[in-house]
Amino acid sequence: MSKFQQLRLEGVTRRFGGQDALVDLDLTIERGEFIALLGPSGCGKSTALNCLAGLLPLTAGRIWQDDTRLDTLLPEKRGFGMVFQNYALFPHLTVWKNIAFGLQMRRLPGAEIRRRTDEAIALVHLEEQARKLPGQLSGGQQQRVAIARAVVLEPSLVLMDEPLSNLDAKLRLEMRTEIRRLHQALGLTTVYVTHDQEEALSMADRLVVLRGGRVQQIGTPEQLHTQPANRHVADFMGFRNLLPMKVVTTGVSTVVEGGGLTLQGTPVGDVHPGDEVVAGVRPESLRIAEDGFPATVEVVEYQGREVAVEAVTDAGQRLHLRAADRPAPGDKVRLAVDPAALLLFPAGGAH
Amino acid sequence: MAAVTETRVALRHRLAERGIDRQLLLLGPALLFVVTLFVYPFFYGIGLSFQPEQGGPFGAYRSFFADAYERGTLTTTLWLSLPVALLNVGASVPIAYRMRGRFRGKRLLTTVLVVPITLGTVLTAQGLLNFLGPTGWFNRTLMSLHVIDEPVRLTHNYWGVFFSLVITGFPFAFLLVLSYLSGIDPTLEKAAATLGAGWAQRFRRITLPLLAPGLATTFCLTFVLAFSVFPSAVLVGDPAGETRVISIAAWHAGYEQYDYPKASAIAVVMGLVELVVIAAVLGWRSLLYTGSTGGKG
Repeated sequence: MSKFQQLRLEGVTRRFGGQDALVDLDLTIERGEFIALLGPSGCGKSTALNCLAGLLPLTAGRIWQDDTRLDTLLPEKRGFGMVFQNYALFPHLTVWKNIAFGLQMRRLPGAEIRRRTDEAIALVHLEEQARKLPGQLSGGQQQRVAIARAVVLEPSLVLMDEPLSNLDAKLRLEMRTEIRRLHQALGLTTVYVTHDQEEALSMADRLVVLRGGRVQQIGTPEQLHTQPANRHVADFMGFRNLLPMKVVTTGVSTVVEGGGLTLQGTPVGDVHPGDEVVAGVRPESLRIAEDGFPATVEVVEYQGREVAVEAVTDAGQRLHLRAADRPAPGDKVRLAVDPAALLLFPAGGAH
Repeated sequence: MAAVTETRVALRHRLAERGIDRQLLLLGPALLFVVTLFVYPFFYGIGLSFQPEQGGPFGAYRSFFADAYERGTLTTTLWLSLPVALLNVGASVPIAYRMRGRFRGKRLLTTVLVVPITLGTVLTAQGLLNFLGPTGWFNRTLMSLHVIDEPVRLTHNYWGVFFSLVITGFPFAFLLVLSYLSGIDPTLEKAAATLGAGWAQRFRRITLPLLAPGLATTFCLTFVLAFSVFPSAVLVGDPAGETRVISIAAWHAGYEQYDYPKASAIAVVMGLVELVVIAAVLGWRSLLYTGSTGGKG
């Protein structure tokens, strides 16, 4: 199948009866990249994927594959592979025939269809199940059939719509590695939709965070993890403590106060004294220290190497943190946070 | 008291473990009703068909098959009911296929398509006579447009019964096919599309195979409905000739000749022919995939 150098989405927009599902998505996908579209349900990530696949027409915008305009083509003419959330395996066809289906549609010679189908089956380790119907397979096996069916055509782009969300936790981890391995082995360009930030961070080369149909941030996992662009991305990236505060001073160090606390932080974007901000900090950046502010432990959850603690400040602000030793509920502790780990986002946030 | 309740619960559990549900006993009266009003007369009729006044136990059957006029009712009825059933199922598929999605006016359109169910055969017959009769709107329009010089005969013959059966049978077929179609997961077709299948291939390779078992069932039901045609064969047909269907023959034997054994024999033949057709269709159906179709059907 034709390999492209670049896939460009220009102002891709989709409205459903006046409701904006996706607004002005600009994205350039380089060949071989693994892109994750990340966001809560209803953020437009599946809409974006369906627009790419051609299953939904665009309301506005264009999609280019190098110099070819794609958004006017029917899905069957785009040559993309797609893995659906519910797998969408053809229930009346055996595993082998499911995987061979796309090759048969291309009217390839019989010998080539047999060879490539057998190879794809070997790739996902389903030799034993080749003659079975999808209904006789476990969820993980069905998932592998769906992936093999999409990649057997050597598509220029593979689209995956929350492919792991129907699997149990252990299998999800295994399949995550499996998909990443396939991606590397076959050099497939992949667009992967998920609502699981951990999944997106661990698999993707670049992430696109969406909210309410609008792009919040595009960047590498490291960029998103350490420098979230706004409070919504931060919320999604594991900043569980988001405190409404007010800026006191700016300059060498930015000081904020609110809820009985006065803290030093790092502003993201422009902040001025008197501005309302949201101060975000990860549970793992909040430490128990002698020189900190007082709080009372309320809930302690055992999580293996450490414990997750929920504490309440004297002014009633709930905070999440990690602790190595195990405090008891009711304990008085003192908490501190590094100025670099406390990010200050303008309270309005980007849209 | 507590002890009594405990043993009761335990007994129910013990029965449940053996697959016995005592509440099914509540079906008893209904079962009795069916046995006295259907099963008993049914077997009584079969017995009666073997007791003709002359010709031994198979005399009634022999006299039916020996008489070409009587025997011919079988082919007449099949010649009506098979094409009608095929048309009803065949026409339902594309219409239901177009209507499986969500669109504005779906409810109205479905209602219009299904309303004939409520009309009943007599009303349908009257409408057909008014519309398709020699002085009906249809012929008058065609004549005033000079498409035809003489009225086309569409009532009191084969076509009158044919149209009547289509009007009353189509809604059943359509409703069944629509529900079978909506039981097929729509993402299967999307998946086929991303794999390079055009709409015709998607229909032929994915939708049709998954729909086929449902079509077989629908065919059987509409066939039985059309095979037992009686009122419209009399009202808009030619009950003495072209549309002398088998139920007319049975009625004739029973209530004009008062030959109950022969009427029963004709009824048994009627039932057997239906069984043969249904068995053939269901036999073919059993060769198909009949499992889950992915949807919520």
